Amino acid sequence: MTFDADERGWFGPPTTGFGGRYMPEALVAALDELTAAWLDAMADPSFVAEFEQILREYAGVPSPLYLAERLSDRVGARILLKREDLNHTGAHKIRNVLGQALLTRRMGKTRVIAETGAGQHGVASATAAAYFGLDCTVYMGSVDTKRQALNVARMNLLGAKVVAVDSGSATLKDAINEALRDWVATVDHTAYLFGTAAGPHPFPSMVREFCRGIGDEARAQCLEQYGALPDAVAACVGGGSNAIGLFTAFLDDADVEIFGFEAGGDGVETGRHAATIHAGDRGVLHGARTFVLQDEDGQTIESHSISAGLDYPGVGPQHAHLADAGRATYLPVTDAEAMDAMALLARTEGIIPAIESAHALAGALRLAEERQGQTILVNLSGRGDKDMGTALEYFGLGQADAETGDVE
Amino acid sequence: MTGGVSAATAFAAARAEGRAALMGYLPAGFPDVAGGIEALRTMVDAGCDVIEIGLPYSDPVMDGPTIQAAAQQALDGGVRTKDVLRTVEAVAATGTPTLVMTYWNPIDRYGVSRFAADLANAGGAGLITPDLTPDADPSWSQAADEHGLDKVYLVAPSSTDERISMTTAASRGFVYAAAVMGVTGARATTSELAGPLVARTKAAIATQGTGLPVGVGIGVSNGDQAAEVAARDGIGADGVIVGSAFVRTLLDHPGDTGEGLRALGRLTEDLARGVRRAQ
Repeated sequence: MTFDADERGWFGPPTTGFGGRYMPEALVAALDELTAAWLDAMADPSFVAEFEQILREYAGVPSPLYLAERLSDRVGARILLKREDLNHTGAHKIRNVLGQALLTRRMGKTRVIAETGAGQHGVASATAAAYFGLDCTVYMGSVDTKRQALNVARMNLLGAKVVAVDSGSATLKDAINEALRDWVATVDHTAYLFGTAAGPHPFPSMVREFCRGIGDEARAQCLEQYGALPDAVAACVGGGSNAIGLFTAFLDDADVEIFGFEAGGDGVETGRHAATIHAGDRGVLHGARTFVLQDEDGQTIESHSISAGLDYPGVGPQHAHLADAGRATYLPVTDAEAMDAMALLARTEGIIPAIESAHALAGALRLAEERQGQTILVNLSGRGDKDMGTALEYFGLGQADAETGDVE
Repeated sequence: MTGGVSAATAFAAARAEGRAALMGYLPAGFPDVAGGIEALRTMVDAGCDVIEIGLPYSDPVMDGPTIQAAAQQALDGGVRTKDVLRTVEAVAATGTPTLVMTYWNPIDRYGVSRFAADLANAGGAGLITPDLTPDADPSWSQAADEHGLDKVYLVAPSSTDERISMTTAASRGFVYAAAVMGVTGARATTSELAGPLVARTKAAIATQGTGLPVGVGIGVSNGDQAAEVAARDGIGADGVIVGSAFVRTLLDHPGDTGEGLRALGRLTEDLARGVRRAQ
C-alpha cells in the first residue's frame, strides 16, 4: 500500500481522496514550475548534497535522539525524545525553509514570502532569507503579532518585513490568504515558502520531503542506540509538517503505531479547539481537499488553541489520508494537558518544550499508561523560549513563590 | 430542470448590436440581502447585460480589500448560501442572465449536485469558479452538464497556451480572462497583459470553433476604461466585467440607500455607454 500522492497531488483516489490543487488559474503555472523544479532538484545529487551540508553545518542537524530517563521512570514507559528543539532557530521548521530557499535560489527567484502563526516559520524563513541573501516578507495575523511580539522582533532583526494581517479572524489562515494575494501579484520573481505540509500540490509532498530527515534520523538512531524500532511514535499536528516529517520513515513499519496529537483547546466538546481530523468534516481549504473546521455553509470556523502553531482550521492532506486509511491515529490533547506536560518535562528533564511539542508529549504520556515498558518516540519539535509569555500568564510565574500546578 | 438564460444569450445580443456586453458583480447580502437584490436590479435596469452574484466566503484569496470588505459585511450580517440562491432568483426573474461567482468550498459543502439543481431551479445561468480549474475536480462539470448550466472558468496572463486551450474547451457561457496578475480591485490604467491574453484566448477558441465569448476582468471603474477594454482594435473583449467599482460605490454611501442606488445607476449608465462607444 502506498501512502504517497499521485503525480497530481492526490493522496488516495482523485476527488474522493485528499489533496489535489484547488487554486486560481493564475497560480497554476507557478505551481507547475515549482513541481518541476523541485523534482529536478531532488534528482540532482549536488542539490541534495548541498541541502544536507547546510543542515549539518548551519542548522545543527541531525538532532539527537535522547532517552528521557527521569520522565521514563516516572511514567513506566521508555520515552525517547527527538530533539528538534536543539536545531538552529529552535524548531524543525528550519529544515523546510532551508530546502525551499535553496530551491528558490536554484530557480533564480530573488524574493520569498511566508505566512506564520506562532512566528516560528516566519523566523525560520527570515533566517533562510538572510542566509541566502533573499528579500523576505512575512505575513502574520495581527492577533498573533501581539501574542508573539518577540518573534516579530527576531524577524525584524533578521531583515524581514513583517506585515500584520487584520482581515478575517486575523490569525494564521488569514496570513495564508494574504500571502497568496501577494504571490498572485509577484509570482514572476517571488517564491512562497509555505510553512506546513498543507496547501496545494506540490507543497504537502515537498514540505514532507524537506522535513522527513526527522523520521529518517530518528529511525536510524533508535535502531543504533537501542537495537529495535519504537513501539509507537508521536507528534503534534497543526498543519502537520513535523508530524509527517517524523511519520514518513515509519509508514512501512507495520509494527510501529503512529499517533498524531491535535490541539483540543478547551476540549473538543466546547467547540473551541483545533482538532481538525478528530472533528472529521471534509472540505477544501487553501488549495487542498482535507479535513476542515467549517460551518454548515462551508465557511471556515476559527480554531482555538493555546498554541499558536497548532491554531489552524485545516490539516495537511496526507494526514487526512493516513487517518482515513487507518495507518495513523489522531487524538486531541487539551490546552491544560499540554501545559501540564510542558511543566512536567521542564521539572523532570530540564527541557522546556514549545507548547506545540508539549501536545505530543502529553499524548505520549497518555499512551504510556496503556503501554508500560514499551518504547515511545516523541518528536520534540521545538523549544519553549517563545512561549514563556504564555507560560508566565498560565502558571502565574514570575513571582518568587509561584508554583506550576501539581508537578511535585 | 435546466438553468436560466445562459450568459451566451446576452453576448449574442450584444454582438448583434456590434458591441461588448457589460457584466456587473456584487456579493449577495451586501449591504443586506434585500438591499443587495435592489442594487443588482438597479444595475440591470441601468444597462448591465449579465449579472454575477458573489457568494461571500470566509477565505477569499483572490479578492482585494474592496470586495473583501463587502463580503465580510455580508457574512457579519448572517448571509447564508440559501440567501445567495434567493438573490439569484430575484435577479434572474428580470430575464437577465445571472451567474454565481464562488470559491469552491461552499459549493462542495452544499453538495455539488444539489447546488446545481437548486441554482437551476432559481433560474441561475451557472457558476464562475475562481479557485476551481477544469482539471482540479470533475464534479462541477458533470453537475453543470446535467442541469444545462454555464461553467465559467478563468484564464490568466500566466496561463500556458495549452492550459488556455484546455480551459476554453471546458467552459460554457463564456470564459473569464482575469487580465491582471493580482487580486480584484479597481485600477487606474488597463493592464498591458490584457491584450496578449485575450488574443491567445481567442486564438484557442478559433481553433475549437465554438465562438465562446471572452469576458475580461481588469479592474475597470468607468466608461472610458470600459471602451478601451471593448475596443476591437484594442483589447477586444466580448464582455467587460466590473466588480470592485460597483462595490466601492455602495461602500461610499453607507446608511444612504437612496443615494447609493442612484450612484450605482449612474456608474452603470456610464459603463454601458462605454461598451457602446467602443464600436
